[in-house]
Amino acid sequence: MILDLEKFVREERPYWDELDARLQREQPVSDLASARRLYYLYRRAASDLARLDTLATEPAMRGYLEQLVGRAYAEVHGARKRPYALRPLHWLRVTLPSTFRRHARAFQLATLITLIGALFGAGAVLLDPDAKGVIMPFSHLLGDPSDRVAMEEAAAQESDARPAHSSFAAMLMTNNIRVSILAMAFGIAWGLGTAVMLFYNGVILGAVMLDYIRAGEGVFLAGWLLPHGSIEIPAILFAGQAGFILGGAVIGRGTAQTLRERMRESGPDIVTLIAGVGLFLIWAGLIESFFSQYHAPVFPYWLKISFGLVELVLLFAYLGLSGRQYGGENGRVA
Amino acid sequence: MAVSREAMNDRLEIHAAEGVCFSLPLAGLVTRFLAWGIDLAATLVAALLIGTVVASLNLFSGDVATAVIILAFFVLYLGYSIFFEWAWRGQTPGKRVLGIRVLDAQGLHLQFSQIVIRNLLRTIDALPMGYLIGGVAILLNRNGQRLGDLAADTVVVSARPGPAPDLAQVLPGKYNSFREHPHLEARLRQRVSTDEAGLLIQALMRRDQLDPAARVTLFADLAEHFRGKVSFPEPSMVGLSDEQYLRNIVESLYRTPGGERESNA
Repeated sequence: MILDLEKFVREERPYWDELDARLQREQPVSDLASARRLYYLYRRAASDLARLDTLATEPAMRGYLEQLVGRAYAEVHGARKRPYALRPLHWLRVTLPSTFRRHARAFQLATLITLIGALFGAGAVLLDPDAKGVIMPFSHLLGDPSDRVAMEEAAAQESDARPAHSSFAAMLMTNNIRVSILAMAFGIAWGLGTAVMLFYNGVILGAVMLDYIRAGEGVFLAGWLLPHGSIEIPAILFAGQAGFILGGAVIGRGTAQTLRERMRESGPDIVTLIAGVGLFLIWAGLIESFFSQYHAPVFPYWLKISFGLVELVLLFAYLGLSGRQYGGENGRVA
Repeated sequence: MAVSREAMNDRLEIHAAEGVCFSLPLAGLVTRFLAWGIDLAATLVAALLIGTVVASLNLFSGDVATAVIILAFFVLYLGYSIFFEWAWRGQTPGKRVLGIRVLDAQGLHLQFSQIVIRNLLRTIDALPMGYLIGGVAILLNRNGQRLGDLAADTVVVSARPGPAPDLAQVLPGKYNSFREHPHLEARLRQRVSTDEAGLLIQALMRRDQLDPAARVTLFADLAEHFRGKVSFPEPSMVGLSDEQYLRNIVESLYRTPGGERESNA
């Protein structure tokens, strides 16, 4: 039986036009009557599509109705439980720390891989001094640590030694955030890409630390690294944590969920963590540019080391304790 | 088999809870690449403007101005797509120009986290250069998803709403000389398949989109095909162009024997 298309379109077109007009408004439905009308029009268009599907061979008409039903479907079924509201304080107090705690194992894995990398880097420099030239990413790290300390401390006494703080901070922030995003995104390769990046980061860290400690410049190193590193290094680990969450979703070990379901579930947590990483790295960039680079006698080392240690304790106290009264699940974002 | 697989591949099939199944056309690789090109050009122009404005206003010292430019470029690079896809429901300016849209792979509205993830994973899709990884992933995936789309469970579909078909083209509204031969019309209905009838409607509805010479050739071919089904007597064919002949055929096919066109039953 072939559908009478002319009669069909004549009768149904007013409803399609009305549905189309409502969908074009691109504004959320605000009252019950509008919601009911939208739902009615959607069901009617869906029904028309089903009739057309079984009774007529008319691809252009079918394409038009599919577009209409598809848009209406998203509008009807895609409504959120509650509209988005920016609640930055709640996000900081509850969402971010509870997300971190919920995926503590991923953070532990990121830390472990970085530590193994650090041991490898330290071992490589210890056993083979030539390895320093291969491992160190920046030229200023290649020389003798004692020479650098002497140069930095002498420069610190000159009033206009480091005039470009702002641009240096901006460069540090953007570069570190870019690297963190990459560490997270590489998690799509079953977490392997994230692991490689964390390991390499650890190798550099271990090599630098051993080089300075062996040269007897451990205090300078702590005073130089701790103020910003106590936030920056954990931030990179959080990015690794997000990467491992992504990798875990791809692998899907021990769950009956489909890949799609796992990805959808892990998405909000990954975004939360990476947003936190961004915030931490902004802070770290400011500290590195305006505080870490000033060495004794401008800022005594005990002050810089204490500042870094306090930051570290506060960071993990915040992540470990904040928002606990809301329970684990309340930290999720839609 | 290859044709059927390809036909399935360029559409996203969604089975709605109401029992309705519909499909949406997936955006092609070239279209997506062009949209990205437009967005890239827009980003560069915006970056240039920001740089020029910051430099010309002279509000900041050289160091602060450089910092502002570095941060502004970074926010633009990272936030352009995220902002527009959120504000414009899955479209950036480039996607809007080319009529494509990011959609949740289940046909629902995008969540903010989906938009962020698909855009952050661009860093991988863009490797090693020119979106090679993303392009290969799109070609290999049945829903045309790059890695960012896979992680966010999103697809990119064609969003250009087609006009409602104009059925005024189909039905003649004129005297149909074939009505005088109901037995031949009945034979015609018996011999013409549903697919052939659909093809005929398509050709008539799209007549205005066809080049005149192509239209004449097409209608001549179709008329010859349908003349092979049933031969109407010569007096009923006098003065009928191929196109009018086809319109009469459609009217004869879709009209019930009682004279009224079929209802929707």
